[in-house]
Amino acid sequence: MTIEQTYNPAHLSPLVTQRPIYSGKVCAGQSRFPSPAQDYEQKSLDLNQRFVTNPPATFFFEVTGDSMIGAGIFPGATLIVNRSVKAKSSSIVIVDVDGEWMVKRLYKRGNTVRLLSENPAYAPIEFTEGQELIIFGVVTYVIHQPQ
Amino acid sequence: MSSISPNNLIYALCDANSFYASCEQVFRPDLRKRPVVVLSNNDGCVIAQTKDAKKLLDLYMCKPWFEVEEEARKLGVVPFSSNYELYAEMSNRFVATLRHFAPRVEVYSIDESFLDLTGFTEDLTAYGRDIKDTVKQWTGLPICVGMGHTKTLAKLANHCAKKVGGFNGVCDLTSMSQTEQDSLMESLPVSKVWGVGSRLEASLNQLGVHNVLRLKRASPKRIRDKFGVVLERTVRELNGEPWLELQLSLPEAKQVMSSRSFGSRVTELADLEQSISFHAGTAARRMRSKELYANAVYVFVMNSPHDKAEYYSASQVVNLPSPTDSTFQITKAALWLLKQIHKPGVYYQKCGVMLMDTVPKGGQQIDLFGYSKDDEKADRLMTALDNVNLKYGRGTVKIASEGIDQAWVMRRAFKSPNYLGDWKEIPKVKA
Repeated sequence: MTIEQTYNPAHLSPLVTQRPIYSGKVCAGQSRFPSPAQDYEQKSLDLNQRFVTNPPATFFFEVTGDSMIGAGIFPGATLIVNRSVKAKSSSIVIVDVDGEWMVKRLYKRGNTVRLLSENPAYAPIEFTEGQELIIFGVVTYVIHQPQ
Repeated sequence: MSSISPNNLIYALCDANSFYASCEQVFRPDLRKRPVVVLSNNDGCVIAQTKDAKKLLDLYMCKPWFEVEEEARKLGVVPFSSNYELYAEMSNRFVATLRHFAPRVEVYSIDESFLDLTGFTEDLTAYGRDIKDTVKQWTGLPICVGMGHTKTLAKLANHCAKKVGGFNGVCDLTSMSQTEQDSLMESLPVSKVWGVGSRLEASLNQLGVHNVLRLKRASPKRIRDKFGVVLERTVRELNGEPWLELQLSLPEAKQVMSSRSFGSRVTELADLEQSISFHAGTAARRMRSKELYANAVYVFVMNSPHDKAEYYSASQVVNLPSPTDSTFQITKAALWLLKQIHKPGVYYQKCGVMLMDTVPKGGQQIDLFGYSKDDEKADRLMTALDNVNLKYGRGTVKIASEGIDQAWVMRRAFKSPNYLGDWKEIPKVKA
């Protein structure tokens, strides 16, 4: 066995890693006064804490279209959707309309189910009896840039 | 008969139905009733399919997609490339929801978790239904719940919840009489027992053990003599004697690996270097997230044993002068190793980097001639690197050797958007 075979650690290979001599600054004594606020430190405000109350059930959607502008939902806005909130009449919901997600206001009275827009240019969508209403979740907040 | 049985431990196994395919359906209302399949890396084989897809093409599972694609498309099957970012996030949400229902949860796999319901005095079937409905409501995922006095029984109950009519997704063996349990077990083939694979099933069948009840009634001692202690424990567990405990945390990984097959065969050293740099960076990042340092780097390259060319597979390992978690040090080592094992003219199919002999951060031996001075600087740099990539998406900042145009990345032709991990890809909704 040659020396080369037995003694071929990484640092003899082209892989030369820098190995500086140990050095560092040593500070003697206190160099500055402690901050008077140091005992009052707190975490900064976290938007999630306020707007994402149940993380595993919270989803975000991006809005296209203008049928809900009356409810403050503009094209390009981001919706915070909570699936653990129960949808009731007048909730704004994400709902499956012919295989497409739509955001509408839910109207429920007895057997009548309608999806209302918040823009006079759009007619309500009537659900016939027996038609399955699939709600993804309830819109709890809208995020958009002010105009 | 053991003195422990019937014991008062209660386990629930919660298992998502067709997990990968269900994750895709959550975001696609148009596919709620369509058969969906999910393909493995590089769109190779069918690895998951919805119930409807199963009915249509029972034999497609694990088949190469290119062989079945034409027929499947005709049947209206919708394919997806695997979107592991999405599945991992959905899995986290699934587990987070389960934690509302039990103090102790064992995450057994990406789509299965055991809950410890010991001491629950309420109606367990109703509780199981509540778990199932809540997971569906919050995450959109359909699941089944099985409950029993041992993990093996909970797993069997889960199978019944899923496949046996009348349970509707929740099966509680603990509330059944012994006679009811036995007649249920008599109706199930022995292969439905946790840990009984097809080879074991064949051997058991030869001994006349065809159904679960026969295995339950078998003598543990004879089973041990013939098949070993693992199957003996299974028999005892079927009788309600707990032998498997909840594993609340995984043992600390001693190795961190990143590897993948190429989208197409790769032969140029430059392309391999990009890939190895990528894997070195990925492995280093994973290691940092676990607060570990590596003592050695291992690199492998191989062509496919199915290719016509002669099989070539090579690997080499190098010990690092002192433990590190630095992407730069690790990449440097990995690229040096690659040069040693790269053979020109080979069409490589797969390569990877493994970081070995890891030690917890802070636990590494300090080398007088180690990286001490730059340690803190490197630490801050790595933290900054990880944070930027976390914030702006993986690969925003990387080492130049990873390359910008990555010819070798895997093929994911049918990948769905990263709905839950990228603001640019969140689902759209029409107003």
